[in-house]
Amino acid sequence: MSELYHKTVAELAAALRAEQVSSVELTRAFLSRIEQHQGELNAFISVTASAALTQAAEADQRRAAGHAGPLTGVPIAHKDIFCTKGELTTCGSRILANFVSPYDATVVERLRSAGVVMLGKTNMDEFAMGSSNETSYFGPVRNPWDTARVPGGSSGGSAAAVAARLVPAATATDTGGSIRQPAALCGVTGLKPTYGRVSRYGMIAFASSLDQAGVIAQTAEDAALLLGAMAGFDPRDSTSVELPVPDYSAALTSPLKGLKIGVLKEYFDKGLDRDVEQHLRAALDVLRSQGASIKDVSLPNLPLSVPTYYVVAPAECSSNLARFDGVRYGYRCENPRDLMDLYCRSRGEGFGAEVKRRIMTGTYVLSAGYYDAFYLKAQRVRQLISADFERAFHEVDVVIGPTTPTPAFELGAKTHDPVTMYLNDIYTIGANLAGLPGISIPCGLVQDLPVGLQIVGPHFGEERVLNVAHRYQLETDWHRRRPARFE
Amino acid sequence: MTEWETVIGLEIHAQLLTRSKIFSGSATVYGAPPNAQANLVDLGYPGTLPVLNAEAVRMAVKFGLAINARVARRSIFARKNYFYQDLPKGYQISQYELPIVSGGAVEIMLEDGTPKRIGVTRAHLEEDAGKSLHEGLPGLTGVDLNRAGTPLIEIVSEPHMRSAKEAVAYLKKIHTLVRYLEICDGNMQEGSFRCDANVSVRPRGADKLGTRAEIKNLNSFRFVEKAINYEVARQIELLEGGGKVLQETRGYDADKGETVSRRSKEEANDYRYFPDPDLLPVEIDQPYIDAVCASLPELPDHKAKRLMEQYGLSAYDAGVLTASAELANYYEKVLRIRPEGSSVTLPPKLTANTVIGELASLLNRDGLPITESRVNEDRLAGLLLRVADDTISGKIAKDVLEAMWDEGKSADEIINARGLRQITDESSIEAAIDAVMAANPSQLAGYRAGKEKLFGFFVGQVMKATQGKANPTRLNELLKKKLSG
Repeated sequence: MSELYHKTVAELAAALRAEQVSSVELTRAFLSRIEQHQGELNAFISVTASAALTQAAEADQRRAAGHAGPLTGVPIAHKDIFCTKGELTTCGSRILANFVSPYDATVVERLRSAGVVMLGKTNMDEFAMGSSNETSYFGPVRNPWDTARVPGGSSGGSAAAVAARLVPAATATDTGGSIRQPAALCGVTGLKPTYGRVSRYGMIAFASSLDQAGVIAQTAEDAALLLGAMAGFDPRDSTSVELPVPDYSAALTSPLKGLKIGVLKEYFDKGLDRDVEQHLRAALDVLRSQGASIKDVSLPNLPLSVPTYYVVAPAECSSNLARFDGVRYGYRCENPRDLMDLYCRSRGEGFGAEVKRRIMTGTYVLSAGYYDAFYLKAQRVRQLISADFERAFHEVDVVIGPTTPTPAFELGAKTHDPVTMYLNDIYTIGANLAGLPGISIPCGLVQDLPVGLQIVGPHFGEERVLNVAHRYQLETDWHRRRPARFE
Repeated sequence: MTEWETVIGLEIHAQLLTRSKIFSGSATVYGAPPNAQANLVDLGYPGTLPVLNAEAVRMAVKFGLAINARVARRSIFARKNYFYQDLPKGYQISQYELPIVSGGAVEIMLEDGTPKRIGVTRAHLEEDAGKSLHEGLPGLTGVDLNRAGTPLIEIVSEPHMRSAKEAVAYLKKIHTLVRYLEICDGNMQEGSFRCDANVSVRPRGADKLGTRAEIKNLNSFRFVEKAINYEVARQIELLEGGGKVLQETRGYDADKGETVSRRSKEEANDYRYFPDPDLLPVEIDQPYIDAVCASLPELPDHKAKRLMEQYGLSAYDAGVLTASAELANYYEKVLRIRPEGSSVTLPPKLTANTVIGELASLLNRDGLPITESRVNEDRLAGLLLRVADDTISGKIAKDVLEAMWDEGKSADEIINARGLRQITDESSIEAAIDAVMAANPSQLAGYRAGKEKLFGFFVGQVMKATQGKANPTRLNELLKKKLSG
């Protein structure tokens, strides 16, 4: 019999439904698990124990009163990029280290009204800018599979917490791979929905046209459950899309017979680790044996995605982060001499190096005389990449490739060289530029380090993406492997 | 010596009369305690997002249609990035490359009565910033964000104006228009209608524009005229002294009557405009435009033309009456009133003169708008009826109007109470004339010897004797007859 904390969201929900366990008991179990391992992993920025127990007690009352929904009483964690009323919301930055949000993000509000209990706020790269979780003001997160290695980023705290089973699932956000890449490196399932599927209201903006909220969980089944509770139009976010939310769980088990899978030629390039590639080929065989057909597809403009992304995302971030000025909330420098000094020192002391690098890059590409050559050109290339995907989805139902070129690397290995670090997102950025849904699921271990398989679908194709992932997980057990140290 | 030509373009900021802000649900009422009307979106809190107010779009479209401009089927909001304490997000949401309105025009009347077309390059939607407060905060700056996010339409003219007077005429024209359209209250003191003036001079006949200075934040018609005149003189003096005009932003010091340098071109911000990714493009289709078009009121130019045709008014009178829709409405309502049992119709010209003359000066005296006139349309009609049916003279009518205003009574009440009824019966007038003639023999002799100017003296004396009540027409006739013996 496995421990409670080994269970998936679906299993915990069933146990709650069967009244084998109460939400308060579950919440206590996870809180103590977090307390036990926080020191090793640093996966949390804050643990909201007292609020969690209150919410759990409410969930139990709801159940007793017969008003429980499918997720009532299930505890999860939120990435610290989501505003949570009355709790610290730091975005991994010194500039918001003291910021208590006066309101809940739509994602938080929706999960809360579904009865989900919040255990705490997970660590992340500062303002979601990073691929290794080393840019957090609150220190790096460690990979549960090897604590000398990075968990990936920016949702490294969420991924590590789920991998070590400190929480059954956690919310996360993805601007260039920030859900899928850490999910791959930590051996868990990470779903980034279509741009506009989940409201961005209350999710602190990094790059508004790319940011999308999603979930990190143990299984595609759990991701489907949680997405169903989070998704949907929000009048407070003009870019959220007014489409009905399907029952994601219902479509999970559809057979794969007749499914057309595209394998991205551009993804199987020289940069891809040979061992990782072998696991991917094996995964394709599993899907083929389920009745899917596989063909090569080409997205000729995809190799331009990294430079395109590193123009568009910093441009938007340079503007989005202007509000952190020390005037109304957050960090303010000591004894400012005048307004300029207040700005310069509050921001100079409040932001870390990577954030500053991107603000400066973004400011540069939007400047008079450079706008056309950088920002405008990047937007054009972005359209070309979108068009490439669109063409591919005329031929195939989903495209499949690796999530990352290599398994998790060691802490500090890439911090000296931003471009090498940026190349970690080479396979994930395309889906953000085109606004497509993508999932990363575990598909193997290389020297005891997890490898991720990425499935990308057409706009609002979450059902198909989850279906393929779920069928794969029914046939394999990579997603059930746990890091030995955190048994 | 060089003859100089002045070139002026205006950027007008008009606050739109929406109930809530352009990107948030906060109220936009003027005068609330600081920051009482600023919610998390207005304060630029982390994670908050703007949502466009559809009413602001409708108002901008109304304006575009009223100036015969193109209304863009697709317009885009852009971020204008700069740091300032009263700009919470560190950027202002505005429109840059694709404004909602472009390429319109209005017509102004020059002093010699000829019309002149002033082009409107564009009009775009944007949010206002907050206000910085210094009063009562020694050594500190307070920030009031009530105004942050208030919808504005920025109306940018072509550099078509050639004098401060033309600029003021154009500004008044737009001022009238936005109030007709009910999209702006036009209150310049509260800053809901203000403008920046781009001013340059060049030798007459030159093709190239001179270097311009931009005078910021002018909030009265008088300041616009004074600031431009000062600036023109300053630039000409500079150029004639062998100097150069710098491209810069200037402010107007109303106390000194001078413009002062604020920021040079080198110090100007690079605003790094780019499309706001938080907002979708604004898409407008023909049925929407048709519906807005159908909702437009009669516009000032059309109304003035109609008043001239329908009532035979002069262009000047029609222009003054239509300067506000409320004034024109008041005027027409007076004309439509038919007092009970009366077949008399009020003379339009007399009515116009009274409304834009005596009534306007009473309104002015007490600082009231026409909508709060202490003499309403019915009462004014009652007064004018008494002039039309010869009960009182036009001169007496002025006193009666003032008494009506001060005492809140009807014309008949005042006329009866004060015995102001005009003397029309010939024998009474003749008796008064006879008495005056008898009392002034030398003037009578003088008149009869050919000093015809003395006629006025006799009119005055008879009026004095009758307390102004003698019917002037009758008096003239009878006096002429009697004086000539």
